[in-house]
Amino acid sequence: MLSNPFAVLSASVPPAIMQAYVVLMALLVVAGTLFDIIHKQSATYFFSNWRNFQSKAKRQVGAGQMASLAVQSAVVDVLASGEFCNPRRRIAHLLTMYGFTIYIVTTIMMVFGYPTNAVPTPGGVVALWYIGGLMACAGGYWFWFFIRVDVVAEGHSPLRCVRADLFIVSLVLSVTFGLVWACAQSIGNAASSYILLGLYLLATTMLFGSIPWSKFSHMFFKPAAALEKRVAEANGTMSNLPPPADAPRKFGGGITHVRHY
Amino acid sequence: MPTFVYMTRCDGCGHCVDICPSDIMHIDTTYRRALNIEPNMCWECYSCVKACPQFAIDCRGYADFAPLGHSVRVRREEDKATISWKIKFRDGREKNFVSPIRTTPWGSIKSPADYAAPTADAMKSQELAHEPETLKIAALPTVSRDRFKQGVI
Repeated sequence: MLSNPFAVLSASVPPAIMQAYVVLMALLVVAGTLFDIIHKQSATYFFSNWRNFQSKAKRQVGAGQMASLAVQSAVVDVLASGEFCNPRRRIAHLLTMYGFTIYIVTTIMMVFGYPTNAVPTPGGVVALWYIGGLMACAGGYWFWFFIRVDVVAEGHSPLRCVRADLFIVSLVLSVTFGLVWACAQSIGNAASSYILLGLYLLATTMLFGSIPWSKFSHMFFKPAAALEKRVAEANGTMSNLPPPADAPRKFGGGITHVRHY
Repeated sequence: MPTFVYMTRCDGCGHCVDICPSDIMHIDTTYRRALNIEPNMCWECYSCVKACPQFAIDCRGYADFAPLGHSVRVRREEDKATISWKIKFRDGREKNFVSPIRTTPWGSIKSPADYAAPTADAMKSQELAHEPETLKIAALPTVSRDRFKQGVI
């Protein structure tokens, strides 16, 4: 029987401490992202690039069209991970993104809304916490073990861990330890549940505390880059790319082609 | 002109890593985006430029003929079988070229794995695999001894 693991934990750890930990993690996300933006000058680069191609625009993009491009970026590039050309990477990213989002939202709901057994947790919230965690693990492990491109091509060990892996590894470890801890706690194994709780907190702190060094903040700057690409297509600068070929039929004798990506 | 990657366009798919004959396109260990680790060892084959589905790879012209302000950008449209190049000179001139990626249908050329493995006798032959039938000739041309230069034999 699935139960709210945080309500069970409240027997030994006061809910206020759990809530303070969640707030601390949220503050780490904000501080880490701001540090990342200032240190890497990503916002400076974005606005400088934006001004540069706006000054070279061949067509003016109106407010209505800009709103439409923003909606397209949000729906296609953000919500559907449309940037990925490889369908396997796209599915893995969608699983991880939606799984982690569901997992985080339900964690916050349980910690703040149903912190003790005095207020029964709706079964749907608990189920979503487990489903979200499993989705994040499925996408994350699939990506890390099977889709990372440099493993085969560069002959590295499949278990090699570099700085680019900090985000994905800490994410899957945090979620995995969270799920295993919840299971161990529900079957009443106190010793293993405390060890797993420690590992869960360690991995979670690593995930949210390592933002200046990890890829965590890509979720903030990737949508901006996607919008910039769409605006560049709309205003005619096309990121300096050549225009789409308009007479392809003269090549190849009118043959039909398949897409390889 | 060695290549470089716009990291904001790259999605780290690794097509360039797979296709680079010089093995200098790698995945960055910090950001998991492609990068050319050794531009002066680049063969300038532009395989990575043409393989990139995100148009994230550009060419850096040599300083003697393409100084500051130039750009070479490529758009690959596999569904149209075309590759378009836009050359921008530093005086503002632009030249656009459109070329076919190939003139035969996709899949019409057999890969080496589609051919039967060579026999032991074929391995001892001086002919390359599947010669001369793949050259669509009856036999490889030979030069008779009497046409050799004097002193060679």
